[in-house]
Amino acid sequence: MEHITLLLGIVIITALVFDFTNGFHDTANAMATTISTGALKPKTAVAMSAVLNLVGAFMSVEVAKTISKGLVNEEGIQPEVIFAALVGAILWNLVTWLVGLPSSSSHALMGGLIGAAVASAGLGAVNGSVVVTKVLIPAVAAPIVAGVAAMLAARLTYKLGGKVGGKTSTKGYRAGQIASAGLVSLAHGTNDAQKTMGIITLALVAGGALESGANPPVWVIVSAGMAIATGTYLGGWRIIRTMGSGLTDLQPQQGFAAQTSAASVILASSSLGFSLSTTHACSGAVMGAGLGRKGGVVRWSTATRMFIAWGLTLPAAALVGAGAEMVMRTGNIGVAAVVVFLVASCAAIWFISRRQVVDHHNVTEPAPAAAEAPGVVTTAMAAVTVPPIAAAGTTAAVTDEDLKATIPAAAPAPAAPAAAV
Amino acid sequence: MKIDWAALGSVFGVSLSATVALVALFTLGLVGLSKHETATEQGGTATVARGGAYACFALCGLAVVYAIYLIVS
Repeated sequence: MEHITLLLGIVIITALVFDFTNGFHDTANAMATTISTGALKPKTAVAMSAVLNLVGAFMSVEVAKTISKGLVNEEGIQPEVIFAALVGAILWNLVTWLVGLPSSSSHALMGGLIGAAVASAGLGAVNGSVVVTKVLIPAVAAPIVAGVAAMLAARLTYKLGGKVGGKTSTKGYRAGQIASAGLVSLAHGTNDAQKTMGIITLALVAGGALESGANPPVWVIVSAGMAIATGTYLGGWRIIRTMGSGLTDLQPQQGFAAQTSAASVILASSSLGFSLSTTHACSGAVMGAGLGRKGGVVRWSTATRMFIAWGLTLPAAALVGAGAEMVMRTGNIGVAAVVVFLVASCAAIWFISRRQVVDHHNVTEPAPAAAEAPGVVTTAMAAVTVPPIAAAGTTAAVTDEDLKATIPAAAPAPAAPAAAV
Repeated sequence: MKIDWAALGSVFGVSLSATVALVALFTLGLVGLSKHETATEQGGTATVARGGAYACFALCGLAVVYAIYLIVS
């Protein structure tokens, strides 16, 4: 029993870490445009978003058990599988953060779950058609829906509001942006914090600590809410920079149109039962709004990198998840190896990020976009190619191979800008 | 494999119309407010413009309240 308790503890902590990276990663969705148009100061914006995420986490009592529903057959889900899925999702979140690309945390988590479930129970554990309907189609549809809406809205507001005086315009669009960004934050808190609560509850049920069908205990709700709020407050400034000023140049009118479109799409999709990813909707809305101004341009090179990252999210997280699951099957040593691997990779990514710091001081300055281009592909490829090594290796060798593979794999990302400068 | 095109279509329709309607309302509100401010600067009043502006903002506020209701429920 003791083994199970320790493992469960690790799973819960990892789930909270994922929740943290989720908040960290998704601050950009709500606040990137608000920051880049100057409606709110960077620190104020992330603080507001963090508070609303926390409030959102407590607002709905309905449990988000849907994360695994239908996608993976729930029977036979072990705490190890959940842990492996989380490892994949966390690493993908951190790698995309390092290169400053917005990508869906939910897709990363689903990818991790799929990979871990396949490694654990074979291909039959995954429902292929659900992957298409729940993941692929929403990923294509969300940016298009949000983009078209934001583009039309931006055009309209320029046309109608052409004669609005400067002072009224500044104050008005500022208020409008804050309100719609607040709604996006609130919706994010309810959706994504709930997801982690669902995961922890699933792990507790799988580990036998809770009865099947039980509601999440209060400490789970509180800790998940706190984790996502802390992550949001620390702010993934790299992603904020990409979304706020990397994809296109936004004026307050466009920022308002983009955020309103994002909020509408998120709320419409969640209440009409066709779930769309927040990240995809927000990125699409930003690009649409960029095109909605006369002479507005979208930097397609940055957008293309982002699309590539979206496409890689599911397979990359799945491969890491599958690798982790295979290593862990060897018992306690395997679990320890994966824990060491996760901690070491996180530390490595953090150290690499310190070479070129992006924070609230320089978030609105333009990013050296072109210089990073080789980095993203290399890093993404590295993230994809690491797990097979882990999967192919034998137990004892795996730990070292993993660690060795991680550090040189991620290194080209910061090296590339340096070379270009 | 069954793709729920109807749900996707309604999400598209609802999001598009909600976004455009809200942004239009808000912009009209700003236009009204701006007219009122110009009028007061010149010593006149523009009651209709101001009333219209407040009505627009009130509708936007209602939309925000409805959105919060959707998030909570």
